[in-house]
Amino acid sequence: MRKQGLWLQGISGLGMAFLYLPIIVLVLFSFNASRLSAMWQGFSWHWYGVLWHDEALLAAAANSLWVAVLSTSLVVLLGVPAAMGLERLRGRGKQALDTIMLLPLVLPEVMMGVALLLFFVMIQWPLSLATVVIGHAAFNLPVVIVMVRARLQKLDPRLEEAASDLGASAWQTFYRVTWPLVRPAVLGAALLAFTISLDDFIVTFFVAGPGATTLPLKVYSMIKSGLSPEINALSSVLVLASMGLVGLSLVHQRR
Amino acid sequence: MNQSSLSVESAVGSRSRFAGFRLLVPGLLWTIVFCLLPMIVVLAVSFATRGTYGGVVWEFSLDNYRDLLHPLYGRIFVQSLLMAGMTTGLCLALGFPLAYYIARLPPRRQALWLVLIMIPFWTNFLVRTYAWIFILRTEGLLNTVLMQLHMISTPLDLLYSNQAVLLGLVYGYLPFMVLPLYAAIERIDPALIEAAWDLYADRWSLFRRVLIPLTKPGIIAGCVLVFIPSLGSFLTPDLLGGARSMMVGNLIQHEYLVARDWPLGSALSILLMLIVMGSLLGYFNAQSRQAGERGER
Repeated sequence: MRKQGLWLQGISGLGMAFLYLPIIVLVLFSFNASRLSAMWQGFSWHWYGVLWHDEALLAAAANSLWVAVLSTSLVVLLGVPAAMGLERLRGRGKQALDTIMLLPLVLPEVMMGVALLLFFVMIQWPLSLATVVIGHAAFNLPVVIVMVRARLQKLDPRLEEAASDLGASAWQTFYRVTWPLVRPAVLGAALLAFTISLDDFIVTFFVAGPGATTLPLKVYSMIKSGLSPEINALSSVLVLASMGLVGLSLVHQRR
Repeated sequence: MNQSSLSVESAVGSRSRFAGFRLLVPGLLWTIVFCLLPMIVVLAVSFATRGTYGGVVWEFSLDNYRDLLHPLYGRIFVQSLLMAGMTTGLCLALGFPLAYYIARLPPRRQALWLVLIMIPFWTNFLVRTYAWIFILRTEGLLNTVLMQLHMISTPLDLLYSNQAVLLGLVYGYLPFMVLPLYAAIERIDPALIEAAWDLYADRWSLFRRVLIPLTKPGIIAGCVLVFIPSLGSFLTPDLLGGARSMMVGNLIQHEYLVARDWPLGSALSILLMLIVMGSLLGYFNAQSRQAGERGER
């Protein structure tokens, strides 16, 4: 193989620097003792202490976790059977059902947000944390379906046939044959849905009721209401958390 | 295969087909109620009239769509299309060499670089946008550094501009471009590139006559994946843009939550969705044409 040209190395290095420098300075300056400026005034854990004692922030983080856990459980419970169903479906109507199920994936997020807001107002369902969970479950369902289906498509259909030939009931076939084979994909999909839910701002912004503040909503209002190094510290924690989630999913895929 | 086994098979087939539909029902209902139905509501409201104090009066009118022709909205739509187009172009220009470089690395380092591309993609979008505020604002890092070095005497106005929005969009969506491009380039037989070099192709003709035709599906996929979210973006122009960098997403949010003109906001959303669906349709057509061409050969 030909050695890669210098300019190619250069531009790739620059691309990586472009992706990472902002995140790195952000983390670095979360340890800055200075309150106001971007001038380095010495190392300090101060802003992490401020974070830890910010009650409103901790409440928002708890809300975010609840929403992520509930919406992820919901999409796994709905999505895994739906993926299996779509996989077994043949003939007319399959295309239409496919399109409907994957619709939320291609909708602009703003559109999804206003549509859900309008819908909840029309049916007079008061906005709350529950509407946020529903919204997240609506856009995450196709994520789970796509990932689980990709795995199902690779399965040897003869395995399930063999199980039913040997007298296994539909439930036994699922529990003892299909489930162990798709479990890694389901966990990967759940992890992705969990992360997307934790990070979501736009849909949450539209459908969160008063008091139903999630972490991204809180970060947004902090940015809007004047900058403080506390946001740097919070951002660093979030960066670390997402790296942890990536690491977890990678370790998981290895197995 | 004899007749009896065929009929048994089709009986099993139809039973599992029925079971397939039953498994699908809960998810299907969920999607219909919380995605399809809300969209139908938006469509209906876009043909209704605004009440005196906001809200919706169910009186059929096409006024909202006629209002879309207002030059102000037209300008915002054109600007959004331009922004999304430039974001796509810049992501392609930066993403292609990067994806090519990664695809030609030894396998172990490929995996490492791909993880490095993935991490920002998994990192909270707000946090990544905030990083640019921290760097670009008047008292921000860049101005502080430049003033310390005595390269400037007064801080530069970098934030709250169209350029800042463009930067934020490219930064946010670059991974969406690199990943499909990488997948496409990685599949090219290295012998083809070797052959081009051996036949005295220069770098440009290698790129134009070998790489582009072979990676076209990847290029189109990457462009669609970048174009669609940047067109409908809300956060980046909201946080990095100035008064004149409003994009469709901000306009929709403004009509819904600030002006409380839901019918107009709905008409705007429908138009945005039509543009998105149109570009997706173009993408699928291009994909299937590509597949068709390959099939003929």
